[in-house]
Amino acid sequence: MAEEEAPEVELSGKQKKEIAKWFLLNSPCGEIQYVAKDVRSVLNDDGAYDEAASEAFPTYNKAQMICLDLPRRMGEVLITSFGELEENRFLDPRTAQVGIVDHVKQVCTDVRPATDEELPSPYIEEFRCALDAEVLKYVGEAYPKGVCSVYCTKGKDLEGPGSDFELAVVIQAARNSPQNFCTGSWRSVWNIEFNDDMQVLEIRGQMQVGAHYFEEGNVQLDAKHECKDSTILQSPEDSAISIASIIRHHETEYLGSLEASYTNLPDNTFKDLRRKLPVTRTLFPWHNTLQFSLTRDISKELGIEK
Amino acid sequence: MEAALGLMRRMPPKHSETALSALLSLLPHRSSDLLSQVDQPLQVLCDIDSGKEFILCEYNRDADSYRSPWSSKYHPPLEDGTQPSSELRKLEIEANDIFAIYRDQYYEGGISSVYMWEDDNEGFVACFLIKKDGSKTAHGRRGYLEEGAWDAIHVIEVGPEEDGTAHYCLTSTVMLSLTTDDESSGTFSLSGSIRRQMNMDLSIAEGHLCNMGRMIEEMEGKLRNSLDQVYFGKTKEMVCTLRPPAEITQMRMPES
Repeated sequence: MAEEEAPEVELSGKQKKEIAKWFLLNSPCGEIQYVAKDVRSVLNDDGAYDEAASEAFPTYNKAQMICLDLPRRMGEVLITSFGELEENRFLDPRTAQVGIVDHVKQVCTDVRPATDEELPSPYIEEFRCALDAEVLKYVGEAYPKGVCSVYCTKGKDLEGPGSDFELAVVIQAARNSPQNFCTGSWRSVWNIEFNDDMQVLEIRGQMQVGAHYFEEGNVQLDAKHECKDSTILQSPEDSAISIASIIRHHETEYLGSLEASYTNLPDNTFKDLRRKLPVTRTLFPWHNTLQFSLTRDISKELGIEK
Repeated sequence: MEAALGLMRRMPPKHSETALSALLSLLPHRSSDLLSQVDQPLQVLCDIDSGKEFILCEYNRDADSYRSPWSSKYHPPLEDGTQPSSELRKLEIEANDIFAIYRDQYYEGGISSVYMWEDDNEGFVACFLIKKDGSKTAHGRRGYLEEGAWDAIHVIEVGPEEDGTAHYCLTSTVMLSLTTDDESSGTFSLSGSIRRQMNMDLSIAEGHLCNMGRMIEEMEGKLRNSLDQVYFGKTKEMVCTLRPPAEITQMRMPES
């Protein structure tokens, strides 16, 4: 990132591109298009902007795990690194379709059926599909506008028991209300390691929540949490039920701890920055500051004389 | 310029310094506009004479040096740096002493500085600054914060005296960030900045300092309150919209 103190020096195209990328990648969820418009205008160099956009948008879209509609009402696809087949091609495992994505416009331009090589084996698919159904049910209950997807991230071609494989559950919920100066997103990723040897499931979760409120100001929440859990390996259906209930448990608990963090703000956390009232619990006695010698008087009154 | 301010409104407030320096390097010809319209986190220097720290801002800067409110000397030394009139300097000294007590009562630590200078229309301008590091390794009494910063900038334009009253125009900015971090709930970080204005015509019977002090106290109370209630509240509302707490979900269930 360019930090030069000598502004007279004209920036190189490369420096401009890096600055533009920094702004784009730091966009709050759902706001990259607004940021892009402003960046283009302050950059005043369309070549550098286009280069920056072509590098920043794919990273941003995958980090935010945005959800795009497939053309011809064929459903939707989550843009995640788990579903990325090749550049601009993203798999939706539920419908076995591949969306062709224009990252900068944030739309799917085309859709095609997934090939057999791109999909998991029937053995894996049984676990994946059962988990997808359970997670879908949970997300439908817990998130008013949630989307989710389950991917196989390791061992997708296994034909039967005997080896380890991994699934990843992605849950995403985003809201944008620019008219209310508010955006926000919840993203969680759950990695489930099916350990065949030990007959256990090792579960690792990462939850990330962001919110931005910008009416006459700019306030942002950025919260992250990671957790671990495990359970025994069972049939696809039973495994799916216990994984979904573990996810539900941890996400509910995390939401509770977020609420507790907010509850602690006024009287604990925020107090370490500035108190609501002075230590004396009365407004500051400014009226005693009339004469010059006053500093001493106030000190006396408060009993904090040096 | 509008686009630059738009970007400042969207970038994470904790990265505002990086964002501003990026904009300054892109728009060198607008640097004075940018610096006057975008507030940045306050920096601190140590006064060599008194050993006390003071806050740097555009208002105590001359060339590349900054005037300390304690000794009125420039750091690094500057031969003919601007000084307030001796009368205003007296008020400045008094304001610094009293504001330090005010700051200690509300902030339980932190650093404050007050600067004054004459303006073109027979009045004067005063700038009250507070910087508090509330992290548990600094001035956080309760030790809740992994990281916590509060920077307040209050600029008051005081008009000339007319029939025993004067006009006061206060512009205040607060920038803050706070982060808590523990094993069971992960990292929780809020950061933000807001700016507000307040205009008042007040009798100067009790003196300028008294009037300015009360306005700042009222304004700081309002800003703290709206950050806490409105701004943090809105982000909490958003979280609960994304994933409503269990009680609400259960209440809704029968409808579906």
